[in-house]
Amino acid sequence: MQFLRQVLVITAKDLRAEIRTKEAVNSSLAFAVVILLLFSFAFDAFEDTAKEMAGGLLWIVFAFSGTLILNRSFARELPNDCLDALISAPLSGAALFLGKALGNFVLVLAVELISLPVFGIFSNVHWTQQFWQLMLVLVLGTWAMTVVGTIFSALTVNIRLREVMLPMLTYPILVPALMAAMQLTMGLVLGKPIGPDTVMWLKMLIGFDVMYTAASVLLVETVLVG
Amino acid sequence: MRNYILYGLGAAAALLIARDINVIAGLPREASQGAIFKIIFFHVPMAMTAMLCSFVALIGSVMFLLTKNFKYDALAVSVTEVGLAFLAANLVTGSIWGRVIWGIWWAWDARLTSALVCWLLYAGYLALRNAIEEPTQRATFAAVFSIFAFIDVPIVIFSIKWWRTQHPAPVFWGGGSIPGAWAAVAGWNWLAMVLLGTVLIAIRLRQEDSQREIDSLRRMAHAL
Repeated sequence: MQFLRQVLVITAKDLRAEIRTKEAVNSSLAFAVVILLLFSFAFDAFEDTAKEMAGGLLWIVFAFSGTLILNRSFARELPNDCLDALISAPLSGAALFLGKALGNFVLVLAVELISLPVFGIFSNVHWTQQFWQLMLVLVLGTWAMTVVGTIFSALTVNIRLREVMLPMLTYPILVPALMAAMQLTMGLVLGKPIGPDTVMWLKMLIGFDVMYTAASVLLVETVLVG
Repeated sequence: MRNYILYGLGAAAALLIARDINVIAGLPREASQGAIFKIIFFHVPMAMTAMLCSFVALIGSVMFLLTKNFKYDALAVSVTEVGLAFLAANLVTGSIWGRVIWGIWWAWDARLTSALVCWLLYAGYLALRNAIEEPTQRATFAAVFSIFAFIDVPIVIFSIKWWRTQHPAPVFWGGGSIPGAWAAVAGWNWLAMVLLGTVLIAIRLRQEDSQREIDSLRRMAHAL
């Protein structure tokens, strides 16, 4: 119970800081729209082949724009030595990590939920046909992105080339999760529900989430304290 | 003494590779693929050596986190570098084979894609090391990343397998068939590759040792 409260305190702190400045969310959202715009030049939105790809492209947008938020997650604690204060605060590394991951999750999900309708308009896709299943995939895929992104954000916070290193490390690790999310989303935005031929991707996404959440919680103390 | 062991291992590796090349050259051509089939005697052992390396890298990383002994960190980085080289050679030999048999250098097939993703994962490990100056932090973060990368390898392999498969069914275990004598040739060449890898790792380990010594001397000089 104590642990849960600590997690939520960190999440609330991060969200409050972000709502006051809006720096990460605004840049991430603008970036997402720019990528959607660039895709519309690369693919003709009125062709059927482009619609089949649309769900996959969507996750590229999410992965790119999500990185901007994740990059800021620990970097924002550097000025005024806030990170040292957080580490020495009477709460476990796991609580700090989960709190931050949860905060990032809310922010990334918010950006995704705003870019979804924009994507629907730009790509001429009726993405709401399987709304709840799509939301499930969105939540699972975003958690995979944020849990890996948050632990690597902690890993790269103090090093040179931080902004370059984070995507370079996270994307290869995220390959299975992004692939599963793409495979599921491609069908869902076209109105095809998750069936026996795609349910394995859902299982894999859940497995990825569980494994990486466990590994991150186990190793975060080592990353933060050494 | 360590020098002699190293020279001995190096000579043994060179001799074994020379012997294997000789044996492979003497094998008859495969019925449907011709001479290019023989590339498999390097392609598969290299992949197996690379897999072995990633496993040893995991052990080195976990041991470093448990003991904080820099020997294990040196082992992890040496093994990863050598494994990455073997995996690169594996990708290149596979690509050459694909050009002859499939007519294309690269196919987005399960095994090719997962090998590429693994290569990128461990290349990221080396890039991460390069970006960190402080030795303890570098070793710790690299070890954490190595563990994350190792967890990813089986997930990557399975997920991409579901995605698509064009690669011929493995001829050594499962699916394909190969005469016992040919399997023995591949086995011998695997031994040769492992020996070669061991020598390279030993040389690389020495470089890490000297690097640490130079660093400590430099710190001492600065202190004076």
